[in-house]
Amino acid sequence: MKRAVLDRVRKTGARDDKPGIPAKKGLRGGASRAGNVLAGAVLALVAGWALRPGWFAGHSAIEGVPAERFRPPGPGHPFGTDQLGRDVFARVVHGTAPSVQAAVLAVALGLAAGVLLGLLAGFFGGLPETLIMRGVEIPLAIPSVLLSLTVISVLGFGTVEIGLAVGVTGIATFARVTRARVLQVRASPHVEAAVLAGGRPARVLVRHVLPFTAGPVLALAALDFGLVVLAVSSLGFLGYGAPPPAPEWGALVAGGRDHLATAWWLTVLPGLTVAAVVLAAGRVSRALQDGGEA
Amino acid sequence: MSRSPDRTAVPRYLAGRLLQAAVVVWAAFTVVFAIQRLVPGDPVELMLSGRNGFEAVPPEDVARVRAELGFDRPIIVQYLDAAVSALRGDFGTSIQTGRPVAAMIAEALPATLELGLTALALSVVAGIVLAVAANLPRGGAARALPGLAVSLPSFLVGLVLIQLFALRWPLLPSLGGSGLPGLVLPACTLAIPGAALVGQVLGRSLAETLREPYCETLRATGASRTRVVLGHGLRNAAIPAVTVAGVLTGGLIGGAVVVETVFSRQGIGRIVQFAVSTQDLPVVQGVVVVAAAGFAGVNLAIDLLYPVLDPRTVRRPAQRVRTVKA
Repeated sequence: MKRAVLDRVRKTGARDDKPGIPAKKGLRGGASRAGNVLAGAVLALVAGWALRPGWFAGHSAIEGVPAERFRPPGPGHPFGTDQLGRDVFARVVHGTAPSVQAAVLAVALGLAAGVLLGLLAGFFGGLPETLIMRGVEIPLAIPSVLLSLTVISVLGFGTVEIGLAVGVTGIATFARVTRARVLQVRASPHVEAAVLAGGRPARVLVRHVLPFTAGPVLALAALDFGLVVLAVSSLGFLGYGAPPPAPEWGALVAGGRDHLATAWWLTVLPGLTVAAVVLAAGRVSRALQDGGEA
Repeated sequence: MSRSPDRTAVPRYLAGRLLQAAVVVWAAFTVVFAIQRLVPGDPVELMLSGRNGFEAVPPEDVARVRAELGFDRPIIVQYLDAAVSALRGDFGTSIQTGRPVAAMIAEALPATLELGLTALALSVVAGIVLAVAANLPRGGAARALPGLAVSLPSFLVGLVLIQLFALRWPLLPSLGGSGLPGLVLPACTLAIPGAALVGQVLGRSLAETLREPYCETLRATGASRTRVVLGHGLRNAAIPAVTVAGVLTGGLIGGAVVVETVFSRQGIGRIVQFAVSTQDLPVVQGVVVVAAAGFAGVNLAIDLLYPVLDPRTVRRPAQRVRTVKA
């Protein structure tokens, strides 16, 4: 749902700020640049957690210290400890890899399939375009969460399965954005020149059209990444990810459910980590878009 | 003024939209069927071996279940048979419970409808408040709020609400409560993303409306910004915002799966969550098709409501931005 929201909002595209209030603009511009830097830093940190969890977490994610059960957040355990005395921060850091892997796989699937279909549809037009775009839209008849669940019910559980299930729901959006961009680029003189010069369609497509779709598609991918993280962690929460004791963001929150009354940090801190990543990805996406337009 | 060219426009619009809704439901059925039967991997073995597929299942058991489910017939026969049965409201029997899928859905539907409709009402009201607040003087906070709200995972929101309003201050039941008190927390959780969506889209539509010449004129005659927003802008801005109702519904249907699990409420979402956990394919198929039908029904209702709100659309239906994606 949220993907569609942001898609719409992007299409409507209206800025709230009225033109001609320069005094405020400068201030807000500075604040928004700081926000962008912060968002980038959050994503970089998460990438670090995913690639080298050992550098960031001093404790084991699997082995607990029974004497240190249910410690609230404090020095030594920034996110507290759980019912087995495991450090929650370490579990969040080690849980980044499966969550991010699933999310990257999902975005990659949506992007690769969507861009390919959108390129072909936009470049060739006519019947192929109608067939491709109608075909891409068929799965939209099913609300995206249910489409993911259908895929999981067939593929089974796991990180890769979740990534594929979420990725399928994104193909249509990528295809639409790519096609729209290709329609613009195809009309530009350099493509016409390449075609007139006798370039084969495949070559023209790859050399002269594809590079120009990168801007909007990358902005969409950044936006999509945040929403996909949200979807992936929801599926993890429902219990469809890697089996325990492997830490995964959504599964961590689900695991803390039984101790809601006594240990709030078990659910709230991993959950807020997910929210921070989603916010940061949305922010970076907007910055990419504005950069592309300017 | 001659009205004759328009006489067939309304019935044609109606028929076209009805047909489109039917095609959408049929497409949903076909997609689920295709995923369940054509994706590599044997659904029957997966179902029998449980979630991890470690235990070996005797081949004769696999063959027996396959015959029981009719999976041994040619795929096209299976498809036609399933389609005809689904048209009659028969989605087969659950593998886990052995009960007809249609009966399970019918039992769970009222609870989910109650939750969904309450959340829908809440998100529309809260969304309108947000949109209006964002367009009043000093509305900066209201403008930032929707972007924040869509980033919050709903399982987190639900658990925090339980923590605060059921455990720390025991005002409301935490899990599985019935009646109105039990509905408050789940409905609020489910409503938050929807409220953010309505707030965002209506807020932008309102901002655009306020830039229209007639609003500028109103302001020039001395009407306050608040008066222009509430008395004139909101009604006109609402027309384009109605189109998000479809996206909103799709989100509510998907959100119900998480929210019903968080609050241990019986309902459609809970049924599908359990069915996916146990690879109960007929139940998954039944729920998805019923949800898609509801989704298509709402989109149809919007399409029919739209010309009433904005008569220009019957003649130029292509003008409307369609967003079916949920």
